[in-house]
Amino acid sequence: MSRAPSPPADAGWIQQRKPSEPPPPVERIGFLRWLRDNLFSSVPNSIISVLGIIALVYSVPRAVSWVFIDSVWYTADPGTCRAAGGACWAVITEKHRVMFFGLYPFEEHWRPFLALILYLGTLVISAMPRFWRWRILLPLWIAATAAILVLMLGGVFGLRPLETNDWGGLPLTMVVFTGTMVIGTPIAVLLALGRRSDMPVIKTICVIFIEGVRAVPLVTVLFCAAVVFPLLLPPGITIDKLVRVIIGMGIFFACFQAEVIRGGLQAIPRGQYEAADSLGLRYWQKTRKIILPQAIRIVIPGLMNHVISSFKNSTYVIIVGLFDILNATSASVADPNWIAYYTEAYLFVAFVYFLGAFALSRYSQFLEQRFGEGRR
Amino acid sequence: MADAAPTTDALAPIIRLTSVSKWFGSFQALRNVDLAVGRGEKVVVCGPSGSGKSTMIRCINRLESHQRGRIVVDGIELTDNLRNIESVRSEVGMVFQAFNLFPHLTVIDNLTLAPMLVRRMPKQDAADLAMDYLKRVRIPEQAFKYPGQLSGGQQQRVAIARSLCMQPKIMLFDEPTSALDPEMIKEVLDVMVELAESGMTMVVVTHEMGFARTVADKMVFMDDGEIVEEAPTEAFFDRPGSERTRLFMSQILTH
Repeated sequence: MSRAPSPPADAGWIQQRKPSEPPPPVERIGFLRWLRDNLFSSVPNSIISVLGIIALVYSVPRAVSWVFIDSVWYTADPGTCRAAGGACWAVITEKHRVMFFGLYPFEEHWRPFLALILYLGTLVISAMPRFWRWRILLPLWIAATAAILVLMLGGVFGLRPLETNDWGGLPLTMVVFTGTMVIGTPIAVLLALGRRSDMPVIKTICVIFIEGVRAVPLVTVLFCAAVVFPLLLPPGITIDKLVRVIIGMGIFFACFQAEVIRGGLQAIPRGQYEAADSLGLRYWQKTRKIILPQAIRIVIPGLMNHVISSFKNSTYVIIVGLFDILNATSASVADPNWIAYYTEAYLFVAFVYFLGAFALSRYSQFLEQRFGEGRR
Repeated sequence: MADAAPTTDALAPIIRLTSVSKWFGSFQALRNVDLAVGRGEKVVVCGPSGSGKSTMIRCINRLESHQRGRIVVDGIELTDNLRNIESVRSEVGMVFQAFNLFPHLTVIDNLTLAPMLVRRMPKQDAADLAMDYLKRVRIPEQAFKYPGQLSGGQQQRVAIARSLCMQPKIMLFDEPTSALDPEMIKEVLDVMVELAESGMTMVVVTHEMGFARTVADKMVFMDDGEIVEEAPTEAFFDRPGSERTRLFMSQILTH
């Protein structure tokens, strides 16, 4: 029986059946292999790794013992802290009321505390996309603002009346931060749109305003707001000091945010503008529904940068003699008994700022993921 | 004169360009272009790239402005008058080479946006209208997807449906199939043929000569910013008058 002749060498071939798909090979890398690849892959890398390990071995046990093991957490006597070798967290347990609430009267501390809770609750609700409807958010914010103002200022419902001069600490930081956002963000959007406008007067005004304010340090802007601005008001009309400062901060924030938003506006393909125009959409319809949603999604990282900066810039209210959490901490460790332990106090405040900034940063990543940036 | 009411004379051209010239800086993109498009007429514009074909149709809905000459669409003259521009734009639909769908909205939101905002249609009516047009372009099941999840041919059909939802009198197409893979070109052209058969006035810039032969009433060949030849379809394909036209046709018909 002869075999069938094999086809000529140049005949090509046709696939007869679909190949089965085996599962991908499982890769397991041993620990030693991982060490070799990641830490000791080359001579310079190995040297750096060894130095890094030495640094860790030197510093971590000392840090842990300073922070946790040898530290003193509760004592009213600074002498106990002097005797111990570690961190004196007792500074915080002693002074935390002043740090957190500033010069607010001691027996009324429940009021700013409650205001903080309301504020954080409102923020958390506003952050969740499922609540993003005007019908929900607008009443929520109006009610929360009213409640917080009533709590902090008093004068009604039998609460002892207090002024903004008495505010301090964390609630003050929150008020300044929120005020800056609320005032600054709409102005930023308008400035960004104005700068891209075809109308020369609007464009020129926006350019001069943005460049002028950005060129000047924040301290100067606040100083103007606090001291110079009242001179321009008609006699007899005064605006609360804190409100002036918040407006100043808001304007400063707005000028930086405007440029970030303008970057986003520029990044949108021209075709989007053209498609909206060709459908007959008018300027504000097009801007509100097509352009701004896309622009803002693109620049979320840049926007959050300035939001986080603004959160930390709230400390500048010291210019008008108000004590936010950082200044209140500085003031509280000026106490001669505790002055030696300013490190612990500042570390703690840094930690509080870290929590806030980190929360904002994580939220930014959540927003980026939700809007699918980088996947399109 | 600029705000004349739409003409009721059914025989008058619905688009008329008279001696239109346009410059981009010092470069002249359109030279003395004259064109008349009647109601229900299908005009296909062809020509080499840079010939001004896209510029010309973009002048019809004022995405580009002309410096000299007159453009009158449905009795409304296109000048800097914003109200005129807006009325023209709601009667003229445009389909782009790059589709230009709104990526942050679902397909159905893309379609209902303009009717709700410009014609103030209630949401449910706009949604029903949108679904009708999605059925007409044969992709009703994609209504709740995002444009990024659709193929190119599907996206372009959504773009056509989006323009149709404004129920325009005129549809402009700027190289609608040039960015598509060959296997998707047919599905879009089929939709355009059906649209043509339903009586829509269409001005199409395209290289698809098979489509042009089927659908066009009139062919226009442009080169270097001016209309070189304008003729009824049969005559254009069988007996092109100008040498330039013949050269261009030989280049695109042989491949």
